[in-house]
Amino acid sequence: MSVQHVRTGGSGNEVAALDVVGVSHSYGPKRALNNVSFSIAPATFTVLLGLNGAGKTTLFSLISHLYDTRHGSIRIFGHDIRRASGEALRCVGIVFQARTLDLDLSVYQNLSYHASLHGIGGGEARQRIAALLETVDMQGREHDKARSLSGGQMRRIEIARALLHRPSLLLLDEATVGLDVQSRAGILATIRRLVEIEGIGVLWATHLIDEVDDGDHAVVLRQGNLVASGTVSDLIQASGADSIRDAFSKLNRAETAGIAEISP
Amino acid sequence: MSTSAMPQKLASVTPVRSGAFGLRHYLVCLKGIVLRECLRFLHQRERFISSLVRPLVWLFIFAAGFRQVLGVSIIPPYKTYVLYEVYITPGLCGMILLFSGMQSSLSMVYDREMGNMRTLLVSPFPRWFLLVSKMLAGVAVSIAQVYAFLIVAWFWGVKAPPLGYLFVLPALFLSGMMLCALGMLLSSVIKQLENFAGIMNFVIFPGYFASPALYPLWRIQEASPLLYKICIVNPFTYAVELIRFAFYGQVDWVSLGVVAGCTLLFLAGAIIAYDPSRGLMTRKQDTGGNA
Repeated sequence: MSVQHVRTGGSGNEVAALDVVGVSHSYGPKRALNNVSFSIAPATFTVLLGLNGAGKTTLFSLISHLYDTRHGSIRIFGHDIRRASGEALRCVGIVFQARTLDLDLSVYQNLSYHASLHGIGGGEARQRIAALLETVDMQGREHDKARSLSGGQMRRIEIARALLHRPSLLLLDEATVGLDVQSRAGILATIRRLVEIEGIGVLWATHLIDEVDDGDHAVVLRQGNLVASGTVSDLIQASGADSIRDAFSKLNRAETAGIAEISP
Repeated sequence: MSTSAMPQKLASVTPVRSGAFGLRHYLVCLKGIVLRECLRFLHQRERFISSLVRPLVWLFIFAAGFRQVLGVSIIPPYKTYVLYEVYITPGLCGMILLFSGMQSSLSMVYDREMGNMRTLLVSPFPRWFLLVSKMLAGVAVSIAQVYAFLIVAWFWGVKAPPLGYLFVLPALFLSGMMLCALGMLLSSVIKQLENFAGIMNFVIFPGYFASPALYPLWRIQEASPLLYKICIVNPFTYAVELIRFAFYGQVDWVSLGVVAGCTLLFLAGAIIAYDPSRGLMTRKQDTGGNA
């Protein structure tokens, strides 16, 4: 199978929330991503699945313009990340894999700092912070030092921070790693609610298969290659598996070297 | 490839705001970055105390001890003999700026290791603006430290002309910018915090001692022509002289030119280094075509 450019979700008419076309990336001689192409529609929950080292974080670094996209192109709501990085980044909220809160500052100071990085200040920032703390169930904690929060609470604050500038696309890189089951479920539910109610597109990178629902869209990476893309139920059906867990195992065992899009 | 039908209310989701940021947005961003740096500084009391103690030790102990040994002749901008403590005060101001500039670059390496730097770099504002804002924040903190030192020195009897405290502000600002820009450039090439100590030893101490901070250049020239040549090519030399002359309401134009030029040079280097498409941050990136 050789179809390269696939799209997950959406009606096909609107501008893609994220359009990744032929992206490759290497660290010196080591290839981390190899000609990866996919796109995701607005207001969809897309899971980026891959084992450790599959290239998920590299892909996130390219989408967020931390690294330069030298081969291929990435567009966010039609804005090329290289040519119009400012416009593109205004559409995106990002939760990185590593914790990025300033531990010496309070929750409010962390959020206020991020708001200013998007040109949002004063009363508007205060209102948004108050509203978002409620959204992530952290109201009343604005004066707590970030250092005093649990891992799950820090993640919630990071999600609130990523939403401060009202992005249309949210990128979360292994956002639940290291959290207990309850915290993971809570964060996942919050994100799914955002897709449903706010209409935010989400790219959720994970290697935890139990975070995937049958109705989700999925993009599967293996050793830097895109091995599958489509709805989860399509993936299961096309791979002849009983569940997404089996399908994921099969895809990671596949000996085929090229891109194998699972597309019913 | 099948596509799922989107709920009607979500289908209308379109890209968020468009259009460029206005001046107000830039000012909000700058204010946020400066405020964060100040808050971080206030939360690190040890950093403030050590930044104050270091030059005061030099002033109270070193200068008192060496006053008799290291006599200073009448050289511009001084119109009469001055105490050694008076002579080294501009150098100690420069020392605070030097250490503070390196400290702020150290914090950038720390931020990068801890991931905090990413939140700055994924801001939609132009990267040059973010880096300049970060520098301005570092300089604001540095200048506050210098004035805290000058207040203590004033009570110790080391006094500049009253207006000198005002005139010196632009010189401190420009020198601080140069040293912060140098620190920022260095931070871009340092991979880990552990490597930073070495850079500090190779930059701060040689930079400080090979300058007229502690002894006038003519004395250095007499003692070692080679060291004198090193002092002449050391940008910190000019930062110290710019500050020294500014205390007396004078402008040393050569120093001003060198400091301004070096500021632009280091800043341009730092901006290039932090640019994902051109800079040193990409050294680990793709080196070839498609596999």
